[in-house]
Amino acid sequence: MTAAYVLEQIANGIILGSMYALIAIGFSLIYGIVRLINFAHGDIVTIGAFAMLASITAFHAPFPVAVIVVLVVGAAVGMLIERIAFRPMRGAPQVTGFIASLAVAIVIENLGIMTVSAQPRNFIVPAYLGAFIRLGPLQIRAIDLAIVVLAIILMTALAVFVRFTKAGMAMRATAENYNVARLMGINIDRMIMLAFAIGSALAAAAGLMWGSKYSQISPLMGLIPGLKAFVAAVIGGVGSISGAMLGGYVLGLAEVLFVGLLPPEYSGYRNVFVFATLIVILLVMPNGLLGRSTEDRA
Amino acid sequence: MERRSNLVAVFGAALAGAVLVYGASSVLNPYLLSIIAFLGINVILAVSLNITNGFTGLFSLGHPAFMTIGGYVTAIMTILPARKAHLLPDLPAFLARMQWPFLPALIAGGLVATLAAIIVGFPVLRLRGHYLAVATLGLIFIIQGLATNLDGYTRGALGLNGLPELTNLWWVYGWVLLTLYVCWTLKHSSLGRTMMAIRENELAAACLGVKITRTRILSFALGAFFAGVAGGLWAHLVTLITPTSFTFLLAFQLVVIVVLGGSGSITGATLVAAALTIATEALHPVEEAVGLYGLSQTLLAIAVLLVLIYRPKGLFGMAEPDLLAWIRKLPGRQPTHSGSKRHREV
Repeated sequence: MTAAYVLEQIANGIILGSMYALIAIGFSLIYGIVRLINFAHGDIVTIGAFAMLASITAFHAPFPVAVIVVLVVGAAVGMLIERIAFRPMRGAPQVTGFIASLAVAIVIENLGIMTVSAQPRNFIVPAYLGAFIRLGPLQIRAIDLAIVVLAIILMTALAVFVRFTKAGMAMRATAENYNVARLMGINIDRMIMLAFAIGSALAAAAGLMWGSKYSQISPLMGLIPGLKAFVAAVIGGVGSISGAMLGGYVLGLAEVLFVGLLPPEYSGYRNVFVFATLIVILLVMPNGLLGRSTEDRA
Repeated sequence: MERRSNLVAVFGAALAGAVLVYGASSVLNPYLLSIIAFLGINVILAVSLNITNGFTGLFSLGHPAFMTIGGYVTAIMTILPARKAHLLPDLPAFLARMQWPFLPALIAGGLVATLAAIIVGFPVLRLRGHYLAVATLGLIFIIQGLATNLDGYTRGALGLNGLPELTNLWWVYGWVLLTLYVCWTLKHSSLGRTMMAIRENELAAACLGVKITRTRILSFALGAFFAGVAGGLWAHLVTLITPTSFTFLLAFQLVVIVVLGGSGSITGATLVAAALTIATEALHPVEEAVGLYGLSQTLLAIAVLLVLIYRPKGLFGMAEPDLLAWIRKLPGRQPTHSGSKRHREV
């Protein structure tokens, strides 16, 4: 096991972690405001990947334009889901929202199967993104670098938005205390919609990354990344945005190193490892790394 | 007197069911019989999930995990020792040599699932609400991963095929009756009321001396037992079990049945399980005709959303509508109002 190999594994962990982090942010944003674990979040990843494929193959959009299209489509779908499925049952017990989000997930997945079929398709990225780049001892593909850079840009933009803009402040206030925020004249419906829009746009971006990295997409591709990103959100502390980012990278690194550093016969246990981690984290530190303690978690 | 008349009605219904099963077994073709068997298995699953999710209010998605465990254990017990030797080389010698009849094999499957539920229950049941849901969902993937990777015991992703075709309508009917009986008795026993007390207000229940953890694990384990048995029945009906036989989609369908039927209503769970099985089978030809695979799933999920929005307590709430009332109203019998009220007050 050479140093270059370990370094390569760490790079892979960071790439995977970037995608987990982007998806996990959405879980935390939405949970922070409406106390809902949105199970359909993973399917936004799928929608992002398909939006990317459509804009590149059907409309021949250049890569940066396609990225913006994906963000817009993701945000639109997120807001639509919120408006149709979750708003009518606001105030219901938490579990109701969870079941509803499962139902939304099933609807999206099956609509996907009905329209584009369950067959995996090849995902094509421009040739210049497939080229190899040397970074010191490392040799990585340009797309991998693009994934990490894009993730960092998006997360920085989010951090700036949440910290320094008026809408961001209103969103933080809503997460802090729903009722008081409403008394202060904050339009709660708008804030919830905003949380869904931002979270879903980031998940869609993760979808285009997932497609470009693994070059195959299908209507069911979002399920496992979505669930694992939830694990990442729990590691970081559900409800905390910076926690979600941290949790994403921690989980990405842990998963890749688990597969890369242990003997190959253990690599089949990848998912077992991730979900066992979830259960352990929920037990040992239910508030995660950066989360605050809340009422009914454990 | 009233109790006896209820008892007579229940026995009458069970007997009528047996006559129906007998008639169906001799008249219907194997395809229809297998659908009826699936219907029965779904009833077992929904009613047993109702113990965990409906009575105690634990939101578990873990049923497919326990079905997988039960299915594999039952299958390992019933495969011919000669086949086991080359299919499953890692089995300990005492397991490799024996072959059990179906009933003990099913019970063994259920018991191993129960054991797994107890082991998993201690850490997982400390969680609440959707955290428990996600943890049990993780359990499905953990069991799936173990079943795929422990090739020496499970034959990996290939699964165990060519199992003896032991499940028939009589086995399913027997287990359906047992499940319904256990759940019904439980719901009207002090243990059942303890469970519902936990669901309604955990703090108050704890103050009244209810042992929260023990009761929760008990309800989780009891649900797991029937899930394990149902997994065994399923495996020997389709003569195959693989790590992906029971996925999270099944967990969703079962939760849907419990929610649609009304959490805690045995009648609701039974009727909805039956109706959904029939509806899904009826929609299959439609799906094939129009080439839209996934249509029935979509419609089902939309129906769930509508119920959650417009009728959040489910179709039956907690109630057990008195389906046997008509027997009591037969001419020449006194109507027994108080007898039927006993079931409604819960």
